[in-house]
Amino acid sequence: MTKNPVKKIERHLIAAAAALALCTAQAGEVEVLHYWTSGGEAKAAAALKATLQAKGDSWKDFAVAGGGGDSAMTVLKSRVVSGNAPAAAQIKGPSLQEWAREGVLANIDEVAKADKWDESLPRIVSDVMKYKGHYIAAPVNVHRVNWLWANPEVFKKANAKVPGNWDEFFTAAEALKKAGVIPVAHGGQNWQDFTTFESVALGVGGVDFYKKALVQLDQAALTSATMEKVLTAFKKIKDYTDKGAPGRDWNLATAMVIKGEAGMQLMGDWAKGEFVAAGKKPGKDFVCLAAPGTASAYTFNVDSFAMFKVKGADKEQAQKNLASAIMSPSFQETFSLNKGSIPVRLNVKMDAFDDCAKLSSKDFVQTAKSSSLVPSIAHGMAVPSATEGAIKDAVSQFWNTDKMSVKDAMTRIAAAAKTI
Amino acid sequence: MSAPSSPAAPWLPRLVVAPSFIASLLFIYGLMAWNGYLSVSASRLLPSYEFVGFEQYVQLADSDRFRVALTNMGLFGALFIGGAMALGVLLAVLLDQKVRAEGALRTIYLYPMAISFIVTGTAWKWMLNPSLGLEQVVRGWGFEGFSFDWLVNPDKAIYCVAIAGVWQSAGFVMALFLAALRGIDDSIIKAAQVDGASLPRIYWRILLPSLRPVFFSTLMVVSHLAIKSFDLVMALTAGGPGYATDLPATFMYTTAFTRGQIGLGAASATVMLATIAAIVVPYLHSELRSRR
Repeated sequence: MTKNPVKKIERHLIAAAAALALCTAQAGEVEVLHYWTSGGEAKAAAALKATLQAKGDSWKDFAVAGGGGDSAMTVLKSRVVSGNAPAAAQIKGPSLQEWAREGVLANIDEVAKADKWDESLPRIVSDVMKYKGHYIAAPVNVHRVNWLWANPEVFKKANAKVPGNWDEFFTAAEALKKAGVIPVAHGGQNWQDFTTFESVALGVGGVDFYKKALVQLDQAALTSATMEKVLTAFKKIKDYTDKGAPGRDWNLATAMVIKGEAGMQLMGDWAKGEFVAAGKKPGKDFVCLAAPGTASAYTFNVDSFAMFKVKGADKEQAQKNLASAIMSPSFQETFSLNKGSIPVRLNVKMDAFDDCAKLSSKDFVQTAKSSSLVPSIAHGMAVPSATEGAIKDAVSQFWNTDKMSVKDAMTRIAAAAKTI
Repeated sequence: MSAPSSPAAPWLPRLVVAPSFIASLLFIYGLMAWNGYLSVSASRLLPSYEFVGFEQYVQLADSDRFRVALTNMGLFGALFIGGAMALGVLLAVLLDQKVRAEGALRTIYLYPMAISFIVTGTAWKWMLNPSLGLEQVVRGWGFEGFSFDWLVNPDKAIYCVAIAGVWQSAGFVMALFLAALRGIDDSIIKAAQVDGASLPRIYWRILLPSLRPVFFSTLMVVSHLAIKSFDLVMALTAGGPGYATDLPATFMYTTAFTRGQIGLGAASATVMLATIAAIVVPYLHSELRSRR
């Protein structure tokens, strides 16, 4: 008699557990690792979370602060080695292929075919998202790196013209120097030196030279006369920066342009966020134009989410929903509006974006057609991180030491390019 | 009668120490061995166990950046350890003279030790920046020709790191030496004074030599602070103009974690270990031998 109530409770419990299991089987969970922790970026990440939750899946946030993603990548490595990888992680560029080679990324061709990714992305971008022909990551946005930001008031006072090519750049810099302003606002960190270098390489050397030297790492191109011209022009810019540049953060350099202490800055389009946050209007308080000599070229930096292999049908489905959500036009628009970039998906309406973004979008489409759309080496899009790091070291060292000759620098850069 | 002469007594100390002994054996020496294996493996983004011989070491030898890092470690290490020890001993000797505000002075000198290296690095970065800090201030006072731009000079930036480090650690050395000096019997000093020795001579010939054990332990602590200087460099110069203030610790972090070259990072860590061991082990051996 005493056994019956227990058996009854047992049966009820089993039934309840089964029902619960069935319920949770529908809604999967994605654990997403990212390093979008500052203001606009965090809002943008929240938009993705909301889109996913609307589909019924749950989002487990795994944010690791640190703008460049160094800490996030370290944490990711330890998670993967311990066999507990997150469902998605914010990885970009050739690092995607490096991870895929370790065999830990999932194939999302199914989602790509359903949403027609091949047709909605420029070929050069979709190639980066693939490993051996299969999609392993979903691209989120596009940043343009070859921008020049200028303060028109400072230029007017110095009677200088905002430059369109490198000769005009140095003329304007001289005029600004005479007027007592710092011509070029620069932050002396190795990635900033490298960002400036790649814009000079694109402007002075041209698109073909950039592709050969900095993407294909052709030794002949890296030791050519064009490279000499590029390095000479690059070093010349240093004369127009101030002494306090070493160690300065990029946003502090942008602040110098905003306050009128400096005339111009060579930086990617995330600088626009600083101008906007300070209440400045594009066209009036600041101008955005392509870095000198690169008006018909576009250096892209695409953020993406790599999809890791997960166990469980519900988790896999949730992951597929995430990939699909990332590439949806509505998310692409919301995300980029908050982050200051432009949608990577072609043909998204640009009505809500400001003039600088509209120009960026126009150039993105145009350069994709004319093959002048190139990956940014300074932002990890063109070559693997070890090679990029070695070249960055050599370039930054050349910028900082006066004792290194141009020929010396060329030899070092060429040797660094051989790093595997 | 009430002595605890239970049979478990000889076992007990060993049993109590055993867990920490095993833990340190595994997690320190075991992981050192694993790191050594990684340095001869083909590890890139994730650890791999494919043996490649000394390839990583060859790549390390070719790396100009690592050469700079090793030179910096020698330079910075010598300046930091020497500077902290010398300044610390000097402050301890001066404070030992029974000055009036000794308590307050002691606290002031020891206070920098309470701040993390990150805060020290950031504060000194602002102070040594030519357009924000010392140079700007002195120029503002009227000395237009004054310049102190060591921080932005690739050749001199490492000295700035040493300055910040010595500022942080001198107080700690001072505290240790002061405590030791206070522990010395007064009668020795009085006897020496009766013999007609001057105060500096007393300190130099009698007191400081008798502090050899303290000297030894302080040296161990300060050198370990010097070797693990990662946060100070990162906060102060982030590797310096270019990579002029790179140290093996920052090199190892960058290659192993940022650039997906775990094998190279492990090799640099092993080289670092070998360098330190080459100096510390003989010193340890000589000091511990002379005890017997």
